[in-house]
Amino acid sequence: MESQMKNRTFRSAAMAVSAAAISISLAACGSSGPAGTAAGADSATMWGLTGGNQPVLQKSVTDWNSAHPDSSIKLDFFANDAYKTKVRTAVGAGQGPTFIYGWGGGVLKSYVDAGQVDDLSGFLKDNPDVQDRYLPAVLKNGVIDGKTYALPNNNVQPVVLYFNKDVFAKVGAEAPKTWDELMALVPKFKAAGIAPFSLGGQSRWPDLMWLEYLVERIGGPEVFANIAANKPNAWSDPAVTEALTKIQQLVDAGGFVNGFSSIAADSNADQALLYTGKSAMILQGGWIYQSMKKDAADFVKSGKLGYTTFPAVSGGKGDPANVVGNPSNFWSVSSKATDGQKKAALEYVKSGMFSDSNIQGLIDSGAVPVVKGIESKLAASPDKDFLTYVYGMAKNAPNFTLSWDQALSPAQGDAMLANLDQIFLKKITPEQFAATMNATIGK
Amino acid sequence: MSTTSGSSRRALQQGPSGWLAAPALAFFLLFAIIPLIGVLFLSFTSWDGLGEIKLDGLSSWTTVLTDPVTGNALLVTAKIMFFSFIVQAPISLLLGVFTAGGQKYRAALAVLYFVPLLLSSAAVAIAFKALLDPNFGLGAGLGLPFLAQDWLGDSDLVLFVVVFVIAWQFVPFHTLIYQGGVRQIPGSLYEAAQIDGAGRIQQFFNITLPQLKYTIITSSTLMVVGSLAYFDLVFVLTGGGPGYATRLLPLHMYLTGFKANDMGAASALGVILVVIGVALALLLQRLGGKNRNASQLEGA
Repeated sequence: MESQMKNRTFRSAAMAVSAAAISISLAACGSSGPAGTAAGADSATMWGLTGGNQPVLQKSVTDWNSAHPDSSIKLDFFANDAYKTKVRTAVGAGQGPTFIYGWGGGVLKSYVDAGQVDDLSGFLKDNPDVQDRYLPAVLKNGVIDGKTYALPNNNVQPVVLYFNKDVFAKVGAEAPKTWDELMALVPKFKAAGIAPFSLGGQSRWPDLMWLEYLVERIGGPEVFANIAANKPNAWSDPAVTEALTKIQQLVDAGGFVNGFSSIAADSNADQALLYTGKSAMILQGGWIYQSMKKDAADFVKSGKLGYTTFPAVSGGKGDPANVVGNPSNFWSVSSKATDGQKKAALEYVKSGMFSDSNIQGLIDSGAVPVVKGIESKLAASPDKDFLTYVYGMAKNAPNFTLSWDQALSPAQGDAMLANLDQIFLKKITPEQFAATMNATIGK
Repeated sequence: MSTTSGSSRRALQQGPSGWLAAPALAFFLLFAIIPLIGVLFLSFTSWDGLGEIKLDGLSSWTTVLTDPVTGNALLVTAKIMFFSFIVQAPISLLLGVFTAGGQKYRAALAVLYFVPLLLSSAAVAIAFKALLDPNFGLGAGLGLPFLAQDWLGDSDLVLFVVVFVIAWQFVPFHTLIYQGGVRQIPGSLYEAAQIDGAGRIQQFFNITLPQLKYTIITSSTLMVVGSLAYFDLVFVLTGGGPGYATRLLPLHMYLTGFKANDMGAASALGVILVVIGVALALLLQRLGGKNRNASQLEGA
């Protein structure tokens, strides 16, 4: 009998452990390498993002492959958030693609520190044409400690304040030039039954655009430069507190559409509110022009889409011409790739990327490529108003701050987005935000 | 385990050969025990997923144990576990008893009830996310304003929305378990009860429920321990938000590991998750009583 009891105890313990094993398997998930190579074993691999630029990149690579069968590229696409997790895990496991797509900033630095990406300074020296084609302010975002590790690969993406001209005309309003004007518009639109601002709060990163611009306008670019440099208590800067207070005042005034924290930017529901006239304005990246051009062609074509820069804040130190957003996306070359793959990758960067047809493709999609001397091409585009506006905005900005979630280390970025979410929900005060974020400095 | 040889009498007493468990144990070793040892090791290191793995003593553990987000994640997990159980257990028990009946319409309904189980959690989450959108979702589509709530954006409401969606997906599974359990109950018990003049409700409480004791324990174990593994659905539906309102322990572990890239802290959270899972499963096994493997059908 006793041995039977022991046996039973063992079995129930084993059963319990196997039930718990469900949860362990989670810890092991998330890693898988590139799936199968169709175009030869040693062809370079490239992971791109789905969305506005997908067809342009697809065409660029297809054209390249048909012209250069010897140095072909195998291209796969992933959704933005999924890509960010997948590529890091894959690179860490030595299974990453030859071309690593990125945003520069803290993530690029972590790749450099781990020796996962190649130094491209020598390549740039040997190929001055490549260096010369870029807008210099954009190129410098791929430089870490004086060496270039990433080269811009698509279009400039400043954050823009978009508005619906129809709705503005109905209420008799003008695009706000100062924060006070913006706040004064809120009750006007509310009285007309229109939400003043759309916001994809569930995706969190659209919240960040408000903080980035307000801090920039109130305190200038130094405030975030200090945060990015990991200076102690950098988050306690009065500009951050004031910006967060202003955000909460706007929330209190009903500035954001009802249920904004249920709205996902990934499904473009936030833009849909703008072009359907349910909300009057939205603060979003330059890239949503591309998707609105597709999803709401009539709205964009008939000139009902207005756009302007983020308003100035009275008494603020920041230059109102300063811009936040993504200067561009970038290609880095994996240091773990074979020599053949690296060679193919650099050849593509040199003569496939930003070829005339690639540049034209980007412009046709409603994007501004990060290269010099395209004014005449932009002027010939049906989207010339928006494109020249964005080009001028990026070119003339005294300072272009990279989106904070990309500029900071991943640990800080994650904590910042979660806590900012709490600010919009009024679950924490600006002071609590600063204290929590100060504790993450250096992580 | 101990009956690889010996008399047939002993074999009869102790059940079939322990070797039958060998394939399962081999997989278990490979995919559960070995990763578990790896996770335990990683919890004493600091690693960002890219560079070198550095031994770092207890620093990951102090980070995790002093972080208020961990406590909040535990609380959210406990709430989801409790409410999921309260919602799912009675519904699936009643549905299971109902569908166990032999009538044709019940068989047809059973097939319908089963459908949500065939869908992947990610698909369920994406569908509900679209349906619950306050501006373009079900409420706006059907013109029913009370359905156009801020379902996923209200910190107090979102937990119950998550419980509802989890129940929508998993009630069919538990219904199936109960259906099987009810069909195992010998009809003679009900005949005897009828002769004694017991009504339907009396039959349910005096025969069905006691006979389902072990089915209830199995289903409850799966429900409670399974709620430690709700990840995909919540990850896609809310991403743990708004704020930290639905950041369950497994989700917190994933986000710490793969978003914040702190593998040391994520591994410490993983160990906590395993310990809680094992403890809960053992506790529920205990509730079955010492005699739990004895026959319930003696004399039937």
